[in-house]
Amino acid sequence: MNKKVIQLLVDNTSGVLSRISNLFSRRGYNIESITAGVTADPRFTRITIVTSGDNTVLEQIEKQVEKLVDVRNVKVLEPDSSVYRELCLVKVACDSTNRNDIMLFAENIFHGKIVDVTTKSIVVEVTGKQTTIEAFLNMLDGYEILELARTGITGLSRGYEDVVVL
Amino acid sequence: MNGADAIIKCLENEKVEVVYGYPGVAICPFYNSILNSDIKTVLIRTEQNAAHAASGLTRTSGGPGVCAVTSGPGATNLITGIATAYADSIPLICITGQVTTDLLGSDGFQEADITGAVESFVKYSYLVKNVNDIPRIFKEAFYIANSGRKGPVLIDIPFDIQTAEIKNFKYPDEVKLRTYKPTIKGNALQIKKAVTALEKAKRPLICVGGGVILGGAVKELRKFVEEYRIPVVSTMMGISAMPTEHELYYGMVGNNGSPAANRAMKEADFIMLVGARVADRAVNQPEIVMKDTVLVHIDVDPAEIGKNADFSIPIVGDSKSIFKDLNEYEVDCFCADWISTLNEYREKLVVKRKTNSKYVDPAQFITKLSRKMKNDGIYVADVGQNQIFSCRYHIVKEGRFLTTGGMGTMGYSIPAALGAKVGNPKKQVVCVCGDGSFQMSMMELATIKQYDINIKIIVFKNNFLGLVRQYQHFNYKDKYSVTELEGTPDLEKLASAYDINFIKITKNDQIDDAIDKFLKKDEAYLMEVDIDPMDLV
Repeated sequence: MNKKVIQLLVDNTSGVLSRISNLFSRRGYNIESITAGVTADPRFTRITIVTSGDNTVLEQIEKQVEKLVDVRNVKVLEPDSSVYRELCLVKVACDSTNRNDIMLFAENIFHGKIVDVTTKSIVVEVTGKQTTIEAFLNMLDGYEILELARTGITGLSRGYEDVVVL
Repeated sequence: MNGADAIIKCLENEKVEVVYGYPGVAICPFYNSILNSDIKTVLIRTEQNAAHAASGLTRTSGGPGVCAVTSGPGATNLITGIATAYADSIPLICITGQVTTDLLGSDGFQEADITGAVESFVKYSYLVKNVNDIPRIFKEAFYIANSGRKGPVLIDIPFDIQTAEIKNFKYPDEVKLRTYKPTIKGNALQIKKAVTALEKAKRPLICVGGGVILGGAVKELRKFVEEYRIPVVSTMMGISAMPTEHELYYGMVGNNGSPAANRAMKEADFIMLVGARVADRAVNQPEIVMKDTVLVHIDVDPAEIGKNADFSIPIVGDSKSIFKDLNEYEVDCFCADWISTLNEYREKLVVKRKTNSKYVDPAQFITKLSRKMKNDGIYVADVGQNQIFSCRYHIVKEGRFLTTGGMGTMGYSIPAALGAKVGNPKKQVVCVCGDGSFQMSMMELATIKQYDINIKIIVFKNNFLGLVRQYQHFNYKDKYSVTELEGTPDLEKLASAYDINFIKITKNDQIDDAIDKFLKKDEAYLMEVDIDPMDLV
């Protein structure tokens, strides 16, 4: 089972996200995460999907997605030539005894931000590669995580060459 | 001019001549506007059949057939017909009425989220929210349905959009779709590679699918194979791309196909697969075919290539354009030995049948029927044993053979046949079904009567769901479960109730006279043919 990050440039029509997720579910493809947002040109939306499967399946995913009428461009974001980022918000139970410890490694090592603090809890925002986020969450082992929200990864290819001119 | 008038104008611009459908309040503005047009309407007796009728028309006349039904149950009833068309890549325009826009999403009376429900069976769908979008949407819908890999497009139109005033109606001259551009022309380098491989081949074979017919490439195909003498086999959907008795045609492949065709697939060292998706029924084990064979796969849909079989040379593009390009080449192809081997197979490998003289033999019946049919007659087969008998024993001359190969929807033949007949009033249209499939569509006898649609219906009667019975015979040791068709009405009385001609045969020696009578005049006819319930196909 290989992992692949696929990026779609799609027409910003109503129901476009449902058409894409529907294709994945009816053909039995995996979606590990999906993110969507409008591009600089409001007529288009960029969608990043993390999926997995053997090579035949991954090839079919690209082709089947390409076939959808609303899809303008399909790009595979190869790890070597792309940047991936994910944002993670985590609410941790803490009090005056351990708050400083959390803040220390969150801010200094993981370049996180403290976005909310109460007497009983703290909310940390960490952005980075998935491995960075995993490492940060490992560091929270031993603390009580109250709530956790992750965006799933989004990404862009590096460089100028494969930019799709709208 | 209101939205409904605009829709009719769009249909006129697309040269639509007939709409099959079933009205309800939500589509009433549309059916009111159509009164001011020359477009013919046919009130079908259940919505599913409106889609099948449109499919029959599409397949025998070119442009996408159109059906229009009401919201809610009308729209959901259409789904099986849409899915059937989708599986066979038949272009359709399906118009559904919808509740008013302010009620959308509130579970109003006869509201169904039809665009959501048909998502996996349409090429594209629209929910019209602004009356001024109607011209653009219809232009796009016809283009999308009828280009690339063809398929059904659904347009859902709320009641208030149909009644809203439209400013400055103008039907667009061209579509502007930023995201949809199907490949038509095949890559020249790939085509050259295919020709080189064909020249090296000792046992070349072309396997044609429905894509050759849908792409309008029949003429180009025949020119190519006749010029270079390359043997041809077909899938079920590819039947009638070649006349059955063409010297270079060896029949249908697959687990219900002809032994000669399957043998040819196994022994070929070069297979050019055109507009076929190598589905499970067509090729038993795609990997066996592949062992040492060079496989050239031509398909307008890039996703089909490599989906079910590994390929050596993929060519994406329209079958007609690619055969035109292939015809530009001088191909050195010497396969006289291969052809004589195949001729031997065709002669020797025939399916042996055990027949019961107490009944009519469907194989004999179909062969005789097709000999007596007009050269350009249209033959529509339903689903079940009748379909397999038809594929095997119907002799296509210059006409068309229609059936649903992908979805296998029972009850397809009568509505598809009547749809084809409305579009081709001068042609002979014969449909063949079993007593099971007949009862799924027999309400259309009323439609046939109402509009004088003179199709010829043959019902193979064995009081069983024959193909399932056969499966239960082989897999469940003759324990028949829910396959006995008790309660089938007396077909003679039924025909008389609808005031349609009727004839019945029970023995082989009645075949000739009955068919002559049945086909003689251009009038609707129902023929009951009693066949052996224990027959195996």
